[in-house]
Amino acid sequence: MIELRHMVEKGGFKLDVDVEIPDTGVTGVFGESGSGKTTLLRCIAGLEGEGGLPVHRRNIGYVFQQPTLFGHLDVGENIDYGRRRAKTQRVDRAQVVEMLEIGDLLERKPGSLSGGEAQRVAIAAALLRSPDLVLMDEPLASLDRRRKDELLPYFDRLHDELSVPVIYVSHDIEEVSRLCDHLVLLESGKVAASGELSEVLARVDLPMLGGRNAGVVLWATPVDHEDGLTRFDFGDGDIWVPGEIELGSIPLRLRIAARDVSIVRERPSGTTILNVLRATIEEIHEPDAATAILRLGVGNQCVLAQVTRRSVRRLDLRADERVYAQVKSVTVRR
Amino acid sequence: MNLYGPLWLSAQLALVTTLILLVLGTPVAWWLARTGSRWKPAVQAVVAMPIVLPPTVLGFYLLILLGPQGAIGSWWVSLTGNALTFSFAGLVIASCIYSLPFAVQPMQTAFETLPRQTLERARTLGASRLDAFVSIAVPLSVRGFVSGAVLAFAHTLGEFGVVLMVGGNIPGETRVVSIAIYDHVETLNYGAAHHLSVVLLAFAFTVLLAMFAFNQRWSRR
Repeated sequence: MIELRHMVEKGGFKLDVDVEIPDTGVTGVFGESGSGKTTLLRCIAGLEGEGGLPVHRRNIGYVFQQPTLFGHLDVGENIDYGRRRAKTQRVDRAQVVEMLEIGDLLERKPGSLSGGEAQRVAIAAALLRSPDLVLMDEPLASLDRRRKDELLPYFDRLHDELSVPVIYVSHDIEEVSRLCDHLVLLESGKVAASGELSEVLARVDLPMLGGRNAGVVLWATPVDHEDGLTRFDFGDGDIWVPGEIELGSIPLRLRIAARDVSIVRERPSGTTILNVLRATIEEIHEPDAATAILRLGVGNQCVLAQVTRRSVRRLDLRADERVYAQVKSVTVRR
Repeated sequence: MNLYGPLWLSAQLALVTTLILLVLGTPVAWWLARTGSRWKPAVQAVVAMPIVLPPTVLGFYLLILLGPQGAIGSWWVSLTGNALTFSFAGLVIASCIYSLPFAVQPMQTAFETLPRQTLERARTLGASRLDAFVSIAVPLSVRGFVSGAVLAFAHTLGEFGVVLMVGGNIPGETRVVSIAIYDHVETLNYGAAHHLSVVLLAFAFTVLLAMFAFNQRWSRR
């Protein structure tokens, strides 16, 4: 485990964090702007706060929101900047270059790179410093939708191929759901919740994860193709997703937003909705006068449903009752 | 004393002054560019003063300060046995003060345009403060160094009032080219004055042309 304990005050804002995160995989730090996410990263890096080791002695890799490469060096020299200063060179240069597909860029000057290319180079530079911990500060936020989609697969690969722990800061719940294994919620400089990704996402009592952000990650295995769809098995039923996704035995992440889930008492017969799951109501939470968020157990996992309190009253929904969850939309991690 | 002696002396003075200012001016420019200190305006004002002060005022105070009874002058005498006024060493000190803003301001501007994050990134990649300065800040601020050096050099070459006050007119020691030209004009030796003036004119144009050409090429990269 890595223990993060940071306290800093500046201009009326106070960051007070004391939380443990796993020393493997990707830990997402999620919060709105102004919640102290970047300040937390800067404290970990030693760029802010007092005391502790100077920045260059902390063995961390920092990927900034804007990839400020060194303009007077070419790409190859840029990625070697940290490598030459590293105490140990544990990370293989050729592997990183291949993983981020920057082999063709090595001779070029940073000024001629696109935003996405520059960010890939910045990531390579951070990794080649052979850090004990990688900090990423919304590395996709400065890119437009298309470039973001281009870059996301590289993050998937980083996640799968790297053994170094990563702290990934974002205000985008979709990104976090896709890339992270562990989640820390930050609110006004304090940790609101922390834990395994699906567990934190499945909590109905966190206002930060209400509304547009409400939703879960479900693990399911792609087992079959039919009619241009892929059938996923999640242990207690099937989920159909458009597109022929490569089949395998490793479960993939499915993101299901709470607003895309509705509840019916009987299994519907005439519906265009493909995915109707048998579910048990585990918990009903009513965050405001109109809204209800329900956690539904499906197999040994769960989904959230965001409905109106009026509907809950009308259907007389209570905990432990058996219902059906209609899922309108599912996105797959890859 | 041949005709071009003063030219050579001026070149020496300008070169020594420029080198000293590059060394001393860099930390001053760096501090001014990065500090949030409330002393910054005061330091800035002191550095910029030679731009607005009449050279005679500056020269007058330097004469007092560097003279054998002055604070610096008396110390220099006890150290070397020579007076600072009316000597080449005295001219160097005077020129350094006189040309300081011309060296510092371009460097400060260059350092200010350097994104803070660029240096922070270098630090997270394992560079100490000094390492980050040398390997990142300096090469990215080449324009500022070149401009600062060129302006300091050219400005020192053209100084007149301060030299006259502090250095006088001793051939081979303090008789720099601007003084020599003045002398030639006074003695109605227009031919010699023309000679030196044309050299200075051509030099000034060439140096400025080279500097602006360098800046343009650099900004296109």
